[in-house]
Amino acid sequence: MRVELFVTCVVDMFSPDVGSAAVKVLRAMDVDVGVPPGQTCCGQPAWNSGFHRDAARVAAASLKALAAALDADPTAVAVVPAGSCATMIRVFWPEMFELTHDHERAALAKRVGARTLEFSEFVDRYADRLPPNLDAKAATVSAYHHSCHMLRELRVEHAPTTLLERTGQPVAEWSADQRCCGFGGLFSFKLPETSEAMADDKLRSLPDGCTDIIGCDTSCLVHMQARAGHEGHPVTVRHLAEVLAAALPASATAGEAR
Amino acid sequence: MSGDFTLAGTTLRERTAKATDDERLRESLERAMGRFAGGRVAALSQIDDADALRTAARRIRHETLADLPRVVSQFAGQAMANGAHVHWALDAADANRYITEVAKRTGARTVVKGKSMVAEEIGLNHVLEAAGLTVVETDLGEWIIQLAGHTPSHIIAPAVHLDRHQIRDILQPQADEGVTLEPDPEALAGFARVKLREAFLQADLGITGCNFAVAESGSIVLIENEGNGRLTSTAPRVHIAVMGTERIVENFAQLDLFLNLLARSATGQHLSVYTNVITGPRRADELDGPEELHIVIVDNGRSELIGTEFAEALNCIRCGACLNVCPVYRQVGGHAYGWVYSGPIGAVLTPLFAAEQEESAELADASTLCGACMDACPVQIPLQDLLLGLRRRKAADAAKAEKAAWRAWAQAWGRPVTYRASMKGMATGRHLARLVSTLPGLRRWSDGRDVLKPAARSFTDRWEAGEL
Repeated sequence: MRVELFVTCVVDMFSPDVGSAAVKVLRAMDVDVGVPPGQTCCGQPAWNSGFHRDAARVAAASLKALAAALDADPTAVAVVPAGSCATMIRVFWPEMFELTHDHERAALAKRVGARTLEFSEFVDRYADRLPPNLDAKAATVSAYHHSCHMLRELRVEHAPTTLLERTGQPVAEWSADQRCCGFGGLFSFKLPETSEAMADDKLRSLPDGCTDIIGCDTSCLVHMQARAGHEGHPVTVRHLAEVLAAALPASATAGEAR
Repeated sequence: MSGDFTLAGTTLRERTAKATDDERLRESLERAMGRFAGGRVAALSQIDDADALRTAARRIRHETLADLPRVVSQFAGQAMANGAHVHWALDAADANRYITEVAKRTGARTVVKGKSMVAEEIGLNHVLEAAGLTVVETDLGEWIIQLAGHTPSHIIAPAVHLDRHQIRDILQPQADEGVTLEPDPEALAGFARVKLREAFLQADLGITGCNFAVAESGSIVLIENEGNGRLTSTAPRVHIAVMGTERIVENFAQLDLFLNLLARSATGQHLSVYTNVITGPRRADELDGPEELHIVIVDNGRSELIGTEFAEALNCIRCGACLNVCPVYRQVGGHAYGWVYSGPIGAVLTPLFAAEQEESAELADASTLCGACMDACPVQIPLQDLLLGLRRRKAADAAKAEKAAWRAWAQAWGRPVTYRASMKGMATGRHLARLVSTLPGLRRWSDGRDVLKPAARSFTDRWEAGEL
């Protein structure tokens, strides 16, 4: 089985460890991992700002890279370690290219989208390939943050928590787990006070004693951590891929770096 | 052309920043939003398949709006046959003029008003007051904000931005000398009831909104919890109902479906306390009701939306559910949106309806596009898609510098070589920094958040070096 990883610009630039963790988990599932050369960004910042032509220009590069890699192996699947970028590819790319009257790319985007999965979605779907004895060696109770596009566009709700349960990582009930963290891409620059108030609201509502947030979108996680750090809130954030990678038995990660 | 537009001279950023600074406001909002949103989920869970009902509601709204001129004509014909006067108002000025004329012709001096968002939209109160009439809002929340000189901050709970202590202070001057009001909700409501009863007895004109207009019978339907709508529409000699063109349903079967959704979505009630169905003025053999009934159908830009990408905004049944689940509204409240409609639906309607097109365009940015609104909407309006459409409209008119910044970013990140170069060594920032610097009123990320440091080596660098 082969996976073509769409890294995303945020992971590439700010959290490369999330990318390596994803690779580690996928390899532990006995998956060949490729990183299609030529990929850049999914175009989301421009798309969400109303600049769909500029978004399409950027996305065209990533579409080309993904399409080439998927064409080379008809059984390969594209995996994205970020819910909102996976949404961009699967839900918005076809619409975006249609809006620019680029029907050819719109059709190609539909084909690529049909073979694209968000990271937790992929791991959960092929969970039988995971090594049996995952152990998060959890010292603390965590909270799981549902990122908005992943929850309400992709409708991926249970896969991440099902996987966490499998590692033995306790996850506390969090009343605000499905509420937006206030990042919203450029929203956080355009209305920074509101964005920060939303993060504060999220952090305030964390269950007592719980200071570890797990999620599937690095951008939300980085936003919450940056706000918490500024406010002296002792929160830590982890991407699901990092939690899963750390829970792998030693045997599964021996002899990596192929 | 429209009512009190408080946007003039302020930016969305300024208004939201002011609101987030107001701890008392945020506490009031969190309390109320939690109650409303929780109530909605509980009330909808009692319906067998609420989502199927929502889908049906959306379909019905589509069909009715696609055929709006015919359905409205049918309604108007039936209403006139029932003895009502029907006036089609193209815009706010036309509606206000007609209502003022009716008031003058019938010799009205005191007007009691039921809650009406469209009356707020057209700025009716100011026009009536300028014509020398005394206007008393009779919905408790509306009365409170009228006394305070505020605009509504929520579609169904206009005074939700105030707590009981603030409300006490607003009502106190209405009490007789020597009487001190307590900040107790029941006592305050009791005080208002007595005071408003005096207004009902004096009034010669009652003005209400209209939640639904039923085409097959020419009836108007008023949904309310306080009984003030029933008194306003029956006690005075003349009743004027003001409705937006799109309030229409074809028949009572459709009304039944919307009634099932409206109160549940709004307040978590199965049904509101009062559902008034008004079919014509008082008949010869009836004891109650007005001698004259006028129905003012306000278009004010609505018909122009039909057939456009924003047409679904007209499907709204004004329940306020999108406000109650909106994480932005929860922090900033309704006034930050600047006009009469707030929350996600307000961020869509204001740029479409308000006369101040330029100032209101930025409301499309008052959302993280989280989609909670669409999931809560009883008629499944794709609010985040509409907001995105409004952002595209705004982007087309953006300043040259902003357009140029996006183009430069797209040129850099549209080619793998320049994308990689921008990642490396953190010349990164250049395109992003240029982009971000074009945003109005930008504050640096690090003013309220820890600095974001790019990793020393990108994932791609590590991958290509064979380290992974």
